[in-house]
Amino acid sequence: MSPPARRKGFTREGYLFSGHKGYYSCTMSEQMGSRLDPWVESYAQRAQGLTASAIRALFAVASRPEVVSLAGGMPYVNALDADQFADITARVIREQGNTALQYGSGQGDQKLREQILEITSLVGVHSHPDDIVVTAGSQMGLDLVTKIFCDPGDTVLVESPSYVGALGVFRSYQCNVVHVDMDEHGLNPEALRSALAAHNNVKFIYTIPSFHNPAGLTQSQQRREEILAIAQEFKVPILEDDPYGLLGFEGEPPQAIRALDDQNVIYLGSFSKTIASGLRLGWVIAPHGVREKIVLAAEAATLCPSNFVQLTISRYLAEQPWQQQIKMFQELYRERRDSLLDSMQALMPDGTTWTIPEGGFYSWVTLPEGLDANTMLPRALTELVAYVPGSGFYADGQGAHNLRLSYCYPDPDRIREGVRRLSTVIEAEIELVNTFGPPPTSLASPKTRFFTPQTDIN
Amino acid sequence: MHILVLSGGLSPERDVSLRSGRRVAEALRASMPEVEITESDITAETIPSLESNPPDCVISMVHGSVGEDGSLRSVLEALGIPFVGSGSQASRIAFDKGVTSSLLPKENIPRFVALPQSFFKEMGANSVIRTIIGDLGMPLIVKPLTGGSALGVTKCVVDTEVPTALVTAFGYSDFVMIQQAKTGIELALTVIDRDGSPQALPPVEIVPLSGVYNYDARYTAGATEFFVPARLDPAIESKVKKFALMVHENLNLRDISRTDVIVESDGNIWFLEVNVAPGMTETSLVPQALLAADLEVGRIFAELIQGAIRR
Repeated sequence: MSPPARRKGFTREGYLFSGHKGYYSCTMSEQMGSRLDPWVESYAQRAQGLTASAIRALFAVASRPEVVSLAGGMPYVNALDADQFADITARVIREQGNTALQYGSGQGDQKLREQILEITSLVGVHSHPDDIVVTAGSQMGLDLVTKIFCDPGDTVLVESPSYVGALGVFRSYQCNVVHVDMDEHGLNPEALRSALAAHNNVKFIYTIPSFHNPAGLTQSQQRREEILAIAQEFKVPILEDDPYGLLGFEGEPPQAIRALDDQNVIYLGSFSKTIASGLRLGWVIAPHGVREKIVLAAEAATLCPSNFVQLTISRYLAEQPWQQQIKMFQELYRERRDSLLDSMQALMPDGTTWTIPEGGFYSWVTLPEGLDANTMLPRALTELVAYVPGSGFYADGQGAHNLRLSYCYPDPDRIREGVRRLSTVIEAEIELVNTFGPPPTSLASPKTRFFTPQTDIN
Repeated sequence: MHILVLSGGLSPERDVSLRSGRRVAEALRASMPEVEITESDITAETIPSLESNPPDCVISMVHGSVGEDGSLRSVLEALGIPFVGSGSQASRIAFDKGVTSSLLPKENIPRFVALPQSFFKEMGANSVIRTIIGDLGMPLIVKPLTGGSALGVTKCVVDTEVPTALVTAFGYSDFVMIQQAKTGIELALTVIDRDGSPQALPPVEIVPLSGVYNYDARYTAGATEFFVPARLDPAIESKVKKFALMVHENLNLRDISRTDVIVESDGNIWFLEVNVAPGMTETSLVPQALLAADLEVGRIFAELIQGAIRR
């Protein structure tokens, strides 16, 4: 074997070389490196983004009781009557055990699908039970729709910002995610038209029209009609995600886009926010052809949704005053929203702005000029308050100047305390930026890279 | 016998700490089946619980402040509860990268300054940064003076990156260290006290695929390639082991330590930092060194427990 070539004192193989002192270099065959995962070369391209992240790890602290978490999107399930649920689940097992504990239909329980239509009728969606596929949360519906529509490189249009869990799905299917601007009424029609004109492989438009996560905005009826008309013009379907539609604080629930067009809109619904997220049940309502494919894809993924959970929810809907429960949730979340907004109005430093949600769980905060929500997060956690940095809601590195605050879980007093702590952190950050100056534009984006969601910050 | 493994806490390294604690506890259960091994987060209940139900020995896998700055260890000392690892005073010194560096041979310390945030405000950040860059040159490493897992650490290649790096670092500590960046082989050097004398384990060579051994590279399996023992010629391997032993002894460290260094092509060693509660996760460095030395995590910690109880 010929001697290895020297390179700045190292051998060609990278070994430390010190021949001038009489040492010798070893050969490649003597040493093999380890990457601590024997399958690291076997993973699919789509797994490339599934990495550890410092920001994600920081959220481990948010689970501690000392921390006021304005980060999590967890529904306040404590408001439910646990005894009623215990009674219902016990009777499901006792009286329907043979069905509840058995495999079921891949499309979902027939009776539950009929009951789902009672719920969706509140947002104007009148369909046929056959058009519904029951899924393990609407997140699974999102995954299935993307799976059947998108090849790697296909474009999906999303709002700017968009739901972190959706971005995770689109990323895993290697979609080209293009953000479309929003204004105070939600998705901007002109920006949507421009994006559709600029991309010829758009598979669908993903939108959360009511009480948007994370932006807290709601599309007006006129805006929904405009967006639908543009989608129809470009012959691109709309994927409408509506987990918060029934959690408005004023008046009647906004009517879904699907209520306007049952052929060009695929609708995702969920029990997570109106009953309980731990039950993991949602649904897709889709045009006939799409629905057939979703059923087959769902069967391939999970065979069938949990029969036990379906029967439990079906009984709950049949026996419990679920509309009153939703009203109770509306009141509870409105009180918390008010606490958040009043506290921010009183305490937030000048230059901080936020959206005013009319329902749902979230307000979207824009920080004063030059502040970076990612950089500020460890300082916030030191002060025992947590939020989600805005960059989590973008696939392209935007969002450094934003953060999402949720008011769904802490009680109003805790929310006020959380805002007090956060305002202190922002003030300290302003001082820091005043000392060092805002980051150069060229440096702002690379730091704000996409991070994968975790279930309690969805 | 009751062994308590403490982990978690409120530091940014909580997640790593919980995983380290779980791994050590599981290893101990396998190697000491007759012993009661419990795990606990550190909370306001920790001290009353230690007082009312003192364990025979504590293993603190709490990373970051409290766990590594000597605070928790000083409480254990005050309560008279034996624990594995360095004492409170040595931990306090080892936790501060600036203090540690000042106690080690100058020729092994990349030139640095350690400054508080208030200094930049008082003196004008631009002037301070310009002066430092003029003295130390580029590239520079900007990092929190305390803390681990590479949180808040930035390598700055051009001077315009420095202010942003400082803002990032100040997120984790009130003091930052600005240090000349060195290139070479990155090594983790584990020292374990066995039978009363420190023993250096095989060096772990770290080759992050991204080029930077940041948080992602540390805790994503596959993101970094490790060579254990490091691809060093025997004389240099011996030299770095001696260096690790010197750090362990000079700083009065006890039981277990991990010293991180960079070795240049001419064999020159640059000290980066030393850890008194090194990570023990699936991708951490000490477990790899133990494996290369044919030692089991559970058995080594069982030995260290016995030593701690005898002290």
